[in-house]
Amino acid sequence: MDENAAGKAEEVLRLSGITKRFGKLTANNAISLTLRRGEVVALLGENGAGKTTLMNILFGHYTADEGDIEVFGERLAPGDPRAALNAGVGMVHQHFTLAEQMSVLDNIALGTQSIWRPFLDRRAARERISKLAADYGLAVDPDRQISDLSVGERQRVEILKALYRDARILILDEPTAVLTPMEVEALFNTLKKLVADGLSVIFISHKLHEVMAVCDRVVVLRSGTVAGARQIGETDTHDLAQLMVGSELPQDDVSPAIPGKVLFALEKASTKAEGGAGLDAITLELRAGEITGLAGISGNGQAALAAAIAGTLPLTSGSIRIHGETMSGWSPRKALANKLGRIPEDRHATGMIGDMSVAENVISEAYPTRRFSRFGIIDWNAAAAFAREIIADYDVKCPSENARVRLLSGGNMQKLILGRALDGDPDVILASQPTRGLDIGAVSYVHRKLIEARDRGAAILLISEDLDEIQSLSDRIVVMSEGRLSAPSLRGERSQRELGILMAGHGMDQGPAGDTIHAA
Amino acid sequence: MRLEPRPNPSLARTLGFTALAIAGAVIFSSILVMLAGANPFNVFSLVIKGAAGTQFALLETLTRATPLIFTGLAVAVAFRARLWNIGAEAQLYIGAVMTVVLGTGAITIPSFGLIPIIMVAAMLAGALVLLGPAILKTRFGVDEVVTTLLLNFIVILFVSLLLEGPLKDPMGLGWPQSKRIIAEAKLPRIITGKRLHYGFVLAIVSAGIVWFIMKKTVLGYEMRAVGHNAEAARFAGIPVNRVIAKTALISGGLAALAGFSEVAGLKGNLTLDLSPGYGYTGIVVAMLAMLNPLGVVLAAIFVAGIFVGADAMSRSANVPSYIAQVMVASALLTMVTAMMLMRYRIRWK
Repeated sequence: MDENAAGKAEEVLRLSGITKRFGKLTANNAISLTLRRGEVVALLGENGAGKTTLMNILFGHYTADEGDIEVFGERLAPGDPRAALNAGVGMVHQHFTLAEQMSVLDNIALGTQSIWRPFLDRRAARERISKLAADYGLAVDPDRQISDLSVGERQRVEILKALYRDARILILDEPTAVLTPMEVEALFNTLKKLVADGLSVIFISHKLHEVMAVCDRVVVLRSGTVAGARQIGETDTHDLAQLMVGSELPQDDVSPAIPGKVLFALEKASTKAEGGAGLDAITLELRAGEITGLAGISGNGQAALAAAIAGTLPLTSGSIRIHGETMSGWSPRKALANKLGRIPEDRHATGMIGDMSVAENVISEAYPTRRFSRFGIIDWNAAAAFAREIIADYDVKCPSENARVRLLSGGNMQKLILGRALDGDPDVILASQPTRGLDIGAVSYVHRKLIEARDRGAAILLISEDLDEIQSLSDRIVVMSEGRLSAPSLRGERSQRELGILMAGHGMDQGPAGDTIHAA
Repeated sequence: MRLEPRPNPSLARTLGFTALAIAGAVIFSSILVMLAGANPFNVFSLVIKGAAGTQFALLETLTRATPLIFTGLAVAVAFRARLWNIGAEAQLYIGAVMTVVLGTGAITIPSFGLIPIIMVAAMLAGALVLLGPAILKTRFGVDEVVTTLLLNFIVILFVSLLLEGPLKDPMGLGWPQSKRIIAEAKLPRIITGKRLHYGFVLAIVSAGIVWFIMKKTVLGYEMRAVGHNAEAARFAGIPVNRVIAKTALISGGLAALAGFSEVAGLKGNLTLDLSPGYGYTGIVVAMLAMLNPLGVVLAAIFVAGIFVGADAMSRSANVPSYIAQVMVASALLTMVTAMMLMRYRIRWK
């Protein structure tokens, strides 16, 4: 884009001095941001930096404690979700908001018609959608049902939905997290066409190379404040990374691993599809004193792998070996009995029972043992003592062990899960997305605990979509794509680019066989 | 308007909101009473007098509360584990059928042996009636609301078939009723000459046992965990399907005890009007009690009191006794609202 033109272009969105506090926590502190016609501005920051809070304020889900929002020069009424839509701001959320059982056409047109005209003018709607799709390269068949679409196609429907409502400002929240590299490229082409037509885009991300590839300007948030703003031409990924994490890049000071024998292994394991692809005859070995990182784009079989190891998804073929012993009828109970600690991907849905107390939650795995029950009667004193122990050891912020878990923050819930999973020093640890959605402090806490466990000799599988996390923690890295695994590589052996190519599904052919060679 | 979760509700808040809920229900019913052209103070004092004003009234209320305690417990246990048992009515009738099958002379041994045998048989039969829908739910994902509800009609028609056929009393002048149970099968009366029987004591004891199971035992813990978040329970290693099956057995057994206690304690034989919907009213009782087993006892007495009191009131105040249904229904609505307010705080903007 021509720099002069960008400089002069009118301002379409201005956030000034936005401050939002949640109790003691200041999620947004005097954040100011402007967006001009025809530009893509990246909002960059780690999880917990305040990006989502800021956008929720713009969309009226939260009301700012201080500060103003102007859209096209007019002040936006605070706390009114309709106001932003009517002012021409459209948002594509990370988790899509589409009606699964309805067609693309119905999803896009839903809610745009006056209730006094109950019959949708389908022809006009279809024509408009086709034109928008053709103009911006958003190919999708308007008559297909949403449930039949791929993730990339659903995202296109979301963008079309916003454009159909005459959005002039488009906000994309972590749009690439769920896409394959080819879909990412298509998305970037669409964005270029949109801004060429005078739309403006806010691109929320924590991936530096994407920001460099598609944005004109970048605003970096760190713990609720603007840490800096740059023109893309005047910065590089190193500079942005420093802004993002603080003055110094934290040296994830990971000592070299001293790998021991194989404690856990999957052999030619296959499963049904679960939350994306199922497993396709994968072989994986976890060694004592080593963190194995599993990289991959979301939905490529990570959920199935985690569920298979955790014992909630049965294998359709293949076998599980733990401590050298082949297991039959693998289940959560068997996993626990064989000293396998599990950190699930979704704390709210699978990790914790929100409406039960801290004490009730921390014993949910060990309650049948003599430590917490005798003759079918639960020893609540022992449970409370265990809960207090975890609260103290893991520095969990909660009123008491009787508090309902629902009232705790994500980071504190994760600490409870860590405390429960790491209790009794498990030999094998499954950590599935253990830091997703946590603030920086909690992230490094979780990392420290995992490294501690490794150093005392546990075999750890770390599943993460965050390639930086994988690379900094893992002693050995495997890449998953469409339910298959790549050959493993040692720390630093493959570049981020090479891993990216594997994540896209290229060069997976040496998969299981390569693994076995390494195991020898 | 937004709902924010509150920390654990204190006992004081729980009681306070319960009182508010009752007050709300009273005000709402009063409006209807006034619309019916009567004085609400008069009507309510007649209801209270009719429910608890005399020894006779009080005993009648407790007698009426007995089956409601059993069905209320059955529903509370099942709902706690998110097993939506709408079929307490069917389980009640099956319990009653077992009582007359075994209690009309098939076994003749003294009471202290016969009554436990009948009880166990009735509970087993009721438990099996609910086990079917529970297995369909866990195995095939069949909605138990539909299966348990429809089983009510199937079972009641089945009972009707039995009463016209194999169980029909040959001395019954053609009426569809069973033979009377023998003296050894009868639950004794608590006070000679009054209707209140030992079924009531059995109900109170059952409530205590259920409370203990839910609060203290591994099974109760598993049931609550499954009810609050089955996915997390499964992940933690709790055998979810087996817990649901056990819940079904307990719930069905409790509901069957209602049928046993009505036949063995009160009616003496089985007819098709044994239960005026005790199974369904059990849902109301359980909800009013917020699924707390001890609360079920109070809620059952409250609901029974309103029905008994309203019967007495309608005779003297010329307000239809249907007002009892309205009072119970409005109490349920205000109670559900109060339950939400106990757990959430409303924020206006």
